[in-house]
Amino acid sequence: MTQLIVSDVTLTFGGLNALFNVDIVIEPGIITSIIGPNGAGKTSILNCISGFYHPTKGRIQYGERNLTNASPHQISNIGIARAFQNLELFRGLSVLDNLLLARHQNLRYSLLDAIIFFGKASRIEAENRAYVEKIIDFMELEPYRKSMVGNLSYGVQKRVEVARALTLAPKLVLLDEPMAGMNIEEKEDIVRFILDLKKEWGVTVVLVEHDLGVVMDISDRIYVLDFGELIGSGTPKEVASDPKVIEAYIGEE
Amino acid sequence: MENQDHLVQHSIPQLLRWRVKATGEKIALREKDLGCWHSYTWNQYYDFVRKTGLGLKKIGFEKGNKIAIISDNIPETLYMAIGAQAVGGISAAIYQTSLPDEIGGILEYLNVGIVFCSDQEQVDKVAEVRAKIPGVKLVIYEDPRGMRSYQTDDWFMSIKDLYALGDAAHRETPELFNALVDEGKPDDVCHLCLTSGTTGLPKGAMLTHRNYINMGLQITKVDPLEETDEYLSFLPFAWIGEQMNSFGVAMATGIAVNFPESVETTMDDLKEIGPHFMFGAPRIYETIRSQIWLKMDESYWLNRTLYRYFMKIGEEAAGYRMTGKQMPGRLRFLAWLGKQIIFRPLVNQIGLLRLRRAYTGGAALGPELFTFYQAIGVNLKQIYGQTEIVGIAYMHRDGDVRPDTVGKPLPGTECKISEEGEILSRSASVTPGYYKLPEKSAELLEGGWLHSGDAGYIDANGHLVVIDRISDVMHNINGDMFSPMFLENRLKFSPYIKEAVIFGDKKEYVAALINVDPIVVGKWAEDRGISFSTYMDLSFQPEVAELIKGAVVEINRNREKPHFKIRRFAILYKLLDMDDGELTKTGKIRRKFVREKYNDLFEALYDENITEKKVEAFFQYQDGQTTTVDTSIRFYTMEGD
Repeated sequence: MTQLIVSDVTLTFGGLNALFNVDIVIEPGIITSIIGPNGAGKTSILNCISGFYHPTKGRIQYGERNLTNASPHQISNIGIARAFQNLELFRGLSVLDNLLLARHQNLRYSLLDAIIFFGKASRIEAENRAYVEKIIDFMELEPYRKSMVGNLSYGVQKRVEVARALTLAPKLVLLDEPMAGMNIEEKEDIVRFILDLKKEWGVTVVLVEHDLGVVMDISDRIYVLDFGELIGSGTPKEVASDPKVIEAYIGEE
Repeated sequence: MENQDHLVQHSIPQLLRWRVKATGEKIALREKDLGCWHSYTWNQYYDFVRKTGLGLKKIGFEKGNKIAIISDNIPETLYMAIGAQAVGGISAAIYQTSLPDEIGGILEYLNVGIVFCSDQEQVDKVAEVRAKIPGVKLVIYEDPRGMRSYQTDDWFMSIKDLYALGDAAHRETPELFNALVDEGKPDDVCHLCLTSGTTGLPKGAMLTHRNYINMGLQITKVDPLEETDEYLSFLPFAWIGEQMNSFGVAMATGIAVNFPESVETTMDDLKEIGPHFMFGAPRIYETIRSQIWLKMDESYWLNRTLYRYFMKIGEEAAGYRMTGKQMPGRLRFLAWLGKQIIFRPLVNQIGLLRLRRAYTGGAALGPELFTFYQAIGVNLKQIYGQTEIVGIAYMHRDGDVRPDTVGKPLPGTECKISEEGEILSRSASVTPGYYKLPEKSAELLEGGWLHSGDAGYIDANGHLVVIDRISDVMHNINGDMFSPMFLENRLKFSPYIKEAVIFGDKKEYVAALINVDPIVVGKWAEDRGISFSTYMDLSFQPEVAELIKGAVVEINRNREKPHFKIRRFAILYKLLDMDDGELTKTGKIRRKFVREKYNDLFEALYDENITEKKVEAFFQYQDGQTTTVDTSIRFYTMEGD
């Protein structure tokens, strides 16, 4: 199992520190949450890990590999997938097509194969479909398989977004506010999916989430950011009783 | 079709084996999983039943033991039930929506030793009441998802492990299973079907192999099915409506049973399968009609215009079709044209194109729904029966569909109306009684007839008409029976009447308090320039009274019995309401309460000299304030016979 180490990362935008000397260790096989007030740098961390931004200073290491300056597609190829906070889906395509499309990097056949289709291309397409069906089953998206994404409710679209990340068969998945804007029941469903993901599929989960109740319930480890700096970390219990964290969230007495 | 009557000499597992010999390579079951339909032949079906049966035997499940099934519609449900029956056991099914305490109570009452659950949701519920069900030795589950916390506990077992045990037992003694199946007798009890008790614990009706198979054979004598026909299993297995199809009809005819991917995808799966017959509660047909209306609303103008025009034609043609009368040539041509242009594609869209017959049962269905479905070319028919007679004992025949009746008895079913007016039936499908309830069983089967608890009569065409629960019917002063609910429903079929309360218990005649429909009647009044301010004011308008009088005259003219006549009525100044305690939470009238609250109106209804009376109307607003308004209310007497 592979550890993801973010060490001493600073990310600067024209003199403004979005992240400042942040150290985070993502242990494999557990749920790690990153919390903090608005603008604390949570999404910036995910952007650094997934290769959308490259740290100004510091290093990101996944097992033996240095990801500091890797591009997003290299990162997704080594098994780190991401679900975006603002849905990044094709609204005019069906759920099934969105998920199949997300597996395009697994389509290892040539243009010629595709033109002939029978044989290699058809076999690989069938394998892809079978894998996508497993994800549909896991995320309980059967009723929406053929619905256009744009017509679905927000809660279901969020589920499709998570499913899209899972189609890459990741070892580590970055979930950016998967529960934002959901009602209690939809949240409960997503929580169940995240727990199953960890316990049955052995996927490492990094969760950025505002709902502290959920975070405290399901996280194994929590990192707290405030204005780009790490102000606390530990188990949910430790974090909840950390005076610095309380101050950042509730303010001084 | 050749006579299949000899099939009742089999038990269900024996009949399954007979099917394997007859059409072993034909598809028996189909299940949608991971987006694909997977099919199983009768051979494979029997293999699974054998694995399950021998597996159960291996873990100590003996003749007469009971297994409870709490499961969504999946083939494993049938493997479990028939596997248990094959080794001499008895299956029972519990609704998936039952709460843990309810499940615990049922498991105790039925002396269940093994429980089969489809998924974690059901397993969790059984585990919650574990301390209260010492009799349950094992919980078998199908879907392993979310079961990780149970894996170390040997109270739980995966169905895969059960299959492995069954396979091992079969390898040891290959002849064992056949010998066990041979021991079954058609009159053995094979399933305990819970009857939906309105209060307290449900009762378990004991049903035998013969009960189910006989029902399947008799219904297909009236409405034959081909072996190649398809059926979609989407009703809860705990309901007799599902068992009669998957045990009775499927075994008796050899049709294929299809299982949907999930509860939510049922309507899509229906479209993909295109079943040849279906059975459902009225709600399903109401849902499908709403879908059609919605689709038509969203359609473009040409479609909508054609739909509206041909709907009228279709309704007219339905009148002929339902009564089996010959249509005039012009109408027949237009109806055919409408079918080709609009209704065939429409029905195809919802997956009912291949449907030969649709049955509704369990509750009353409005006559306009029958006309609607017959108009678009779906042969919807009413059935009637109880759990205790395997669901269907009475049914409409093709070309003889009368919306106000439940049809004629199936072949081999005798029908009698008792002196009290109760519907009694007798057939080979009648249960031998309730499990562990000898007194209730004796009451149920008194004199060798099945007592339905429903009041009814047989009309001039030989159709059975169900009036009401016998405990709810009233008798007038001469002892003639009538059903207040039946008459209230008749009144409510009028679009102008929102609610009605019928009186007349131990009185000379029937009288009614009526609520007009504020929206429809309000619109009606506006269109005619009748001005009104409040609902009270609207109800008091003489024109409105004339309108309602017209509706009552119409109902009186079509009444089945002379004493059903509504002789006097009054229009109530306020809508009956739940918050005022006049209706129950499910919208039924709280008769006694209404009678006492409006006692002076009740008395005036039975004093023919009163035509108008001053009353104090009492209102309570939502914020708790109350007010009293003086108003008067008029009473109307319907003249003539």
